[in-house]
Amino acid sequence: MGFRKLCLVTAVLGICQTAWTQSPTYGLGKSPSAEEIRAWDIAISPTGKELPAGQGTAKEGAALYARKGCAGCHGATGSGGHAPTLISRKGVQSAPATPSMPSMPCLAPCVNDANTMGVHSPFATTIWDYINRGMPLGKEGTLTPNEVYALTAFLLYKNDVIKEDEVMDAQSLPKVKMPNRDGFALPPEWKHGEPRLQGYP
Amino acid sequence: MDSKRPNRRGFLKGGAALAGLAAGGARVAKGQIQGTPAKKIDELIAYGERSRFVTSVRMPVAERHSPDEFGLTFHVLTPLQDSVGIITPSSLFYTATHRGAFVPDINPREHRFMIHGMVDRPLEFTMDELKRLPYVSRMHFIECLGNRARPTHKTVQETHGLTSCAEWTGVPLSLLLKEAGVQNSASWIVAEGAEEVKGASSIPLAKAMDDCIVCYAQNGEPLRPQQGFPLRLMVPGFEGIYQIKYLRRIKVVDRYYMTYDDYGHINPDPKVAALTHQIGPKSVITFPSGGHQLSGPGFYEVSGLAWSGAGAIRGVEISFDGGTSWKQADLRTPAYPMAHTRFGYHWNWDGKECTLLSRCTDELGTVQPTRADIAKYWNQPLDKVRIQGADNAAQPWRVASDGSVHNGLS
Repeated sequence: MGFRKLCLVTAVLGICQTAWTQSPTYGLGKSPSAEEIRAWDIAISPTGKELPAGQGTAKEGAALYARKGCAGCHGATGSGGHAPTLISRKGVQSAPATPSMPSMPCLAPCVNDANTMGVHSPFATTIWDYINRGMPLGKEGTLTPNEVYALTAFLLYKNDVIKEDEVMDAQSLPKVKMPNRDGFALPPEWKHGEPRLQGYP
Repeated sequence: MDSKRPNRRGFLKGGAALAGLAAGGARVAKGQIQGTPAKKIDELIAYGERSRFVTSVRMPVAERHSPDEFGLTFHVLTPLQDSVGIITPSSLFYTATHRGAFVPDINPREHRFMIHGMVDRPLEFTMDELKRLPYVSRMHFIECLGNRARPTHKTVQETHGLTSCAEWTGVPLSLLLKEAGVQNSASWIVAEGAEEVKGASSIPLAKAMDDCIVCYAQNGEPLRPQQGFPLRLMVPGFEGIYQIKYLRRIKVVDRYYMTYDDYGHINPDPKVAALTHQIGPKSVITFPSGGHQLSGPGFYEVSGLAWSGAGAIRGVEISFDGGTSWKQADLRTPAYPMAHTRFGYHWNWDGKECTLLSRCTDELGTVQPTRADIAKYWNQPLDKVRIQGADNAAQPWRVASDGSVHNGLS
């Protein structure tokens, strides 16, 4: 126990992390089955390791964009609707004012022409993840993996990231080189009892 | 007359003679006619409600109305101008949603909470099982990154209403993670809700093992649906988007997952990235504040709130001359870590125009900046300063010689 306590202290200091692996104390809760875990495991890593089998292309995605009613909120051309801009208009820095979401001020996460996911997201996996978990509004979770791959391919193609005939699947999607791949800084390593930014007034 | 919702205006016009006829009855005490309660007395004995003379309410942010045209709730501001003490009543606690949301109607008997990923033993808990485990009750604030004062704002509800504070009760996340056995190569967790959009955020494992709480209660009762019933994650001192409501899953991982909510925060500048997530030391005077009216020169108790994402508040200073000189205020409540702390100051107003500000210092010694301090840091002109990351600038209130109080930024 003494060693564990020491490790816990040093773990906080970032020196060792071994103290966190422990045996159960309370014995409550059940072990979920592999199938139960898979059904809920919808957060997609930038490595794409949780991506399911399936595939899709931009052409298939264009048809789905019309058929699934995406245009109703995002606009026929992927911009100018009430919902976040999906297809960035070149040279436009912010979304037009609409009754439900004026361009300024914008509450995070705020998505407009300047930071459309297809251009701004460092990883294509984030686009797949969000379409899969959150779209279409009111019918979340109803798209098949093939449909999510196709819609992701459509947005990547329309934002000039991939070619129209590129097939998106669990292997190709994580490899897509996004224009903003290196355009973000990770939050600094968090430590208890430290200010958010040394030297900030 | 509807016995549950009497027509109060008609009743008051009718006066005392009709009072005895109104459903629920009216009592005469010390010669004063008391109003008829809106509900039957047996209902009020079972579950009390506030006086009909107390009318303080939340309001939607101006940028996007709630409910919007789809019936979705977005961000709703707490009425800080009426606040006392440090507990925000649950019914007035600010609410924010990922993209506008319908509040889910979750049956707690069917709700499950799963921990999996880089753990030795994936675990799934029912609500009953979670409530059998050791728990903590702690005071913590939550503040949204969108809590930014603008010159167009009139009141402190608009400038600062996306922060609230409550007592939270639940199981320490570290206890649950240790039950599952976190593997050595893990470095982050992804926490995810059960609502329709399944909002998810990446949180550093060091924070998850430090002081996070898997909460089932707020202010002595089960969480309210708008606050995540039946389960939410409390990440003390971090901005609101990390406090995952309707919590159903924590996946232990080895990298920043760049969820949609993470993506909404990215910035190329490491300094700006550092100024999101953990909330800086911040305070605001809630009385007198924009929209209040002082009745004339004389004694007033200046009152306000201070908080920091890095720990407890050590002290608060108040300026009556726009930030030139500062006086020490008194802390009027215990200073809990990562919690609102109430401060006060005995003030004799001389009737002359003045500008009030507050600034706090947290337990690390970090002092809340003024807008001038921030402009200097970023080397920007004061009138054009763009506050990066979470806005923790000192808020000026201008008291005019007629006693009216205005936003000092406008």
